[in-house]
Amino acid sequence: MMREMICICCPMGCRLTVDDSDVNNVKVSGNTCPRGEKYGKEEVVCPKRMVTSVVRVKGGDVAMVSVKTKEAIEKSRIFDALDALKGVEVKAPVKIGDVIVKDVLGSGVDFIATKNVAAR
Amino acid sequence: MSVKNLIIIGGGPAGLAAAKSAYDAGERDILILEREDKLGGILNQCIHNGFGLHTFKEELTGPEYAARYIDEVLERKIEYKLGTTVLSIDKNKRVTCANEQDGLLVYEAKAIILACGCRERPRGAINIAGCRAAGIFSAGTAQKLINIDGYMPGKEVVILGSGDIGLIMARRMTFQGAKVKAVVELMPYSSGLNRNIVQCLNDFDIPLMFSHTVVDIKGKGRVSSVVIAAVDDKLNPIKGTEQEIKCDTLLLSVGLLPENELSKMADVALSPITGGAIVDDDMMTEADGIFACGNVLHVHDLVDFVSEESEWAGRRAAAYIKGEKVNGEKVGIDAKDGVRYVVPQFVNKDGDELLKLKMRVGNVYKDVKLCVVCDGEEVYARKCRIVTPGEMETINLNEKQTRALKNCKQAVVCLKAVK
Repeated sequence: MMREMICICCPMGCRLTVDDSDVNNVKVSGNTCPRGEKYGKEEVVCPKRMVTSVVRVKGGDVAMVSVKTKEAIEKSRIFDALDALKGVEVKAPVKIGDVIVKDVLGSGVDFIATKNVAAR
Repeated sequence: MSVKNLIIIGGGPAGLAAAKSAYDAGERDILILEREDKLGGILNQCIHNGFGLHTFKEELTGPEYAARYIDEVLERKIEYKLGTTVLSIDKNKRVTCANEQDGLLVYEAKAIILACGCRERPRGAINIAGCRAAGIFSAGTAQKLINIDGYMPGKEVVILGSGDIGLIMARRMTFQGAKVKAVVELMPYSSGLNRNIVQCLNDFDIPLMFSHTVVDIKGKGRVSSVVIAAVDDKLNPIKGTEQEIKCDTLLLSVGLLPENELSKMADVALSPITGGAIVDDDMMTEADGIFACGNVLHVHDLVDFVSEESEWAGRRAAAYIKGEKVNGEKVGIDAKDGVRYVVPQFVNKDGDELLKLKMRVGNVYKDVKLCVVCDGEEVYARKCRIVTPGEMETINLNEKQTRALKNCKQAVVCLKAVK
């Protein structure tokens, strides 16, 4: 089947045409970089997304620290990943890259901090 | 009164990049004035990813992108003042500001860079009828409440406007457990990026209703529902198409306006289309020695382009302070035939830096070419499968094209149909 989709790898938003009539040989056109080809293939086989959110910080100069999954995770597991952040509280100081929740859902992917928070 | 070579108003992405590049161009006497308690500006609350692909060739979140530039500024030991509000500037480049520690401060600057960003259009700017109940927020305010302060502004949400912040907030509210019932867009197209429609709405089956608007807000104390209606091609609501959606929260993502209150005090000429200053290719406004860059100049989609433009402005402001900026005859660039605006609006005839033009179109066009025409002659053309008002276009001119533009009497940027 031919599928039209918009690449979300970057804000360019290239319009891709993905031919998945042969699942072992998915063909992507319309992309302007190699990431687009990878995205187009992944999107028909196993779509993935980065997940970003915030968790509470104790004793920091701000109330919340932002976090992200270190890599994209399966789209179908976004809400399970977010559940793993519920009730999580970290102590300041926090540095960008600090692991906030290790190995979310046994996926091997960590939630890491994306903001530097100094102790108050 | 103190004297400073360069004062940069705003410590967000534009101000940080301008400071860094002015320093690297040899300027050492720089002061950044920032109203908030932290450097980084709006990026601090934009916790989603997608920033930095052009600048750093990797995908960062907003706070990570800000941290890169903050580190650059700290490494160079560039002076900055936080919690400092600029009260006025004038055309003699006198800057009056205030903060808790110093009280009132007055500086005389050799050059000023306006890097004050933009503001969201509020409810009052679009005249929605209905009650004044709690639960009506601009999308950016809701973003700040959730991502910075850790409060959830509502549970059942309708979003008016499909600008990027509205789309991002649809997903963000969904992540935090809210039900986003609809995103309602007045126009027949979205002003947001396509990727955001895909990953913020389609991924979560949030309906996007084009050519619809909110005609009434109901509720006592707190919003209890909004009434939406389809609009005709003159954007007027069509009677009989009203439907009521129960919700406790209405988010407004109805456009951004460059914040130019200070610019007006210094008699900086503004463009009625961009809402920002009219500038030359050095990003200098028509007020001598006052430069503008980033969202205070024109609203950008991507911070990467804000940084790029601001680094340019910083470098050119440093040259101006040294007395190296050419400021002679200029060529005007008009936007025509589908192109809504072009920045810069003027180009210096002298100078040999390659030109970069930024523009937006006024509608969705398919299979067109984006052209630069100098005195009737087409010197640049690029085919586009689709152009939309939501996505800024850039034209990079090569040496020959730059020279052709600088040597002509009047340049035009326009769209032409591709046969």
